[in-house]
Amino acid sequence: MIQEPFAKGRSFLHRADPRLKVVLAGGFSLIVALTYDFTALTIALFYAILMVVIARLNFGAVARRLLALAGFLGLLWLVLPLTFSGETLFSMGPIPFYRQGLILAAQISLKSAAILLALIALITTMTVATLGATLNRLGVPLKLVALLLMTYRYIFVITHEFERLANAAKIRAFKPGTNLHTYKTLAYFVGMLFVQAVTRARRVHNAMRCRGFKGRFYTLYEFLPLGQNKLFIGAIALILSSLIWLEWI
Amino acid sequence: MSDTQTLIDLKQVSFFYPEGPKVIKDLDLQVKTGDKIGLVAPNGSGKTTLFHLIMGLLKPSAGRIKLFGKSMRTEKDFAGLRHKIGLLFQDSDDQLFSPTVIEDVAFGPLNMGQSKSEALERSRKTLAQLGLEGFENRITFKLSGGEKRLVALATILVMEPKVLLLDEPTAGLDQKTKTRLQSLLSKLDLASIVISHEFDFLTSVTDRIHNMEHGRIRTDEALHIHVHRHAHKIGRQPHRHV
Repeated sequence: MIQEPFAKGRSFLHRADPRLKVVLAGGFSLIVALTYDFTALTIALFYAILMVVIARLNFGAVARRLLALAGFLGLLWLVLPLTFSGETLFSMGPIPFYRQGLILAAQISLKSAAILLALIALITTMTVATLGATLNRLGVPLKLVALLLMTYRYIFVITHEFERLANAAKIRAFKPGTNLHTYKTLAYFVGMLFVQAVTRARRVHNAMRCRGFKGRFYTLYEFLPLGQNKLFIGAIALILSSLIWLEWI
Repeated sequence: MSDTQTLIDLKQVSFFYPEGPKVIKDLDLQVKTGDKIGLVAPNGSGKTTLFHLIMGLLKPSAGRIKLFGKSMRTEKDFAGLRHKIGLLFQDSDDQLFSPTVIEDVAFGPLNMGQSKSEALERSRKTLAQLGLEGFENRITFKLSGGEKRLVALATILVMEPKVLLLDEPTAGLDQKTKTRLQSLLSKLDLASIVISHEFDFLTSVTDRIHNMEHGRIRTDEALHIHVHRHAHKIGRQPHRHV
């Protein structure tokens, strides 16, 4: 189950207007993704860490999420220095390590850590329901928002259905292995999940029709005026403009 | 509403899937104001199909359906009247799709064209009526099975229906929630059809009980509910007296 452990809190970032948080998260991610300057990237990482500190999140829990990223980055550090040509930094026997690759690996690591931390501090500090309403308010079409919210709602039901299938297999002594029988069984699982998802979608749609659904979604979330967020608006402007200045000007 | 009105009127309705056997066979059914009908229906007797026909989710293969005195033919006919009939689905997960409880309950009223504040007020009132105060911002999928059923009931009651169709409302509920549902339903002054396997529950929330078998509703006297003693064991289990 997705627990939304960071969504509850009383910090400055928890209380800040969700629209501004989404705008900052989007702007920050876009700029950092396009940045290659090391000073700018280091400062971006610093900003992201600062956001996590301000959101007063549990550092252990945040670190565990970074760890998931570390595995992926470790692979890049291993592969990228080997796959470039150009200036060799050092050689290990016959294997050359290229400078260009190492730089790229370092850039990617800084970028992804900064973006991930910023998203944790800004986006996971609201519930998915709030995120949906916010995206809609920012002009994302309701159909896409509904897709996000319904996926979030039914992912648990589908998980539950998968567990039932898995248990049904388990009680009949199914042990996954590397063989055709296993692949076939897993393919049946996936097939069954699709069939069940489709029939459920039909039932849900019927239930919605019974309640007068005519293709329009409504959101009930009430947004407060932005006036109380002057400090936050100023901070967003400062963060984004300083990053742009460092990279491009 | 002192005078009785025929709310639901099914005449000779049949339903079958192409090349399949008849799920519903020449079924007649009338529900009038104040009627509380219980249906005992084994699996595969066409009970859910019957409800879906009444709601216009399925089209009858033959026969005619009248709701509130009007003949129902097209989707448009049904769409305008659906909010007057509240169908409680067997699986509450099918009914609750919004992230939070209040959004789910307000979904119907908003579709009926109410303003946000009206819809919210009515939703809160309905939740309070069912003893669900403080549930507003709960996440729907994190509710327990019993809570889900009660919230699902709120999502249909908020639309102020004239008739309730309850499809196995007690399925999967613990005894405590069952009793709670029982007392809530018997307090409601609404015409209703309740499908259930549970005689105790049916007798407490309905006035008469019919049997549904092979796509028909049997109204034989012999099937009417009555209290009797058993000289033999396991009299609580469904059984036949020969």
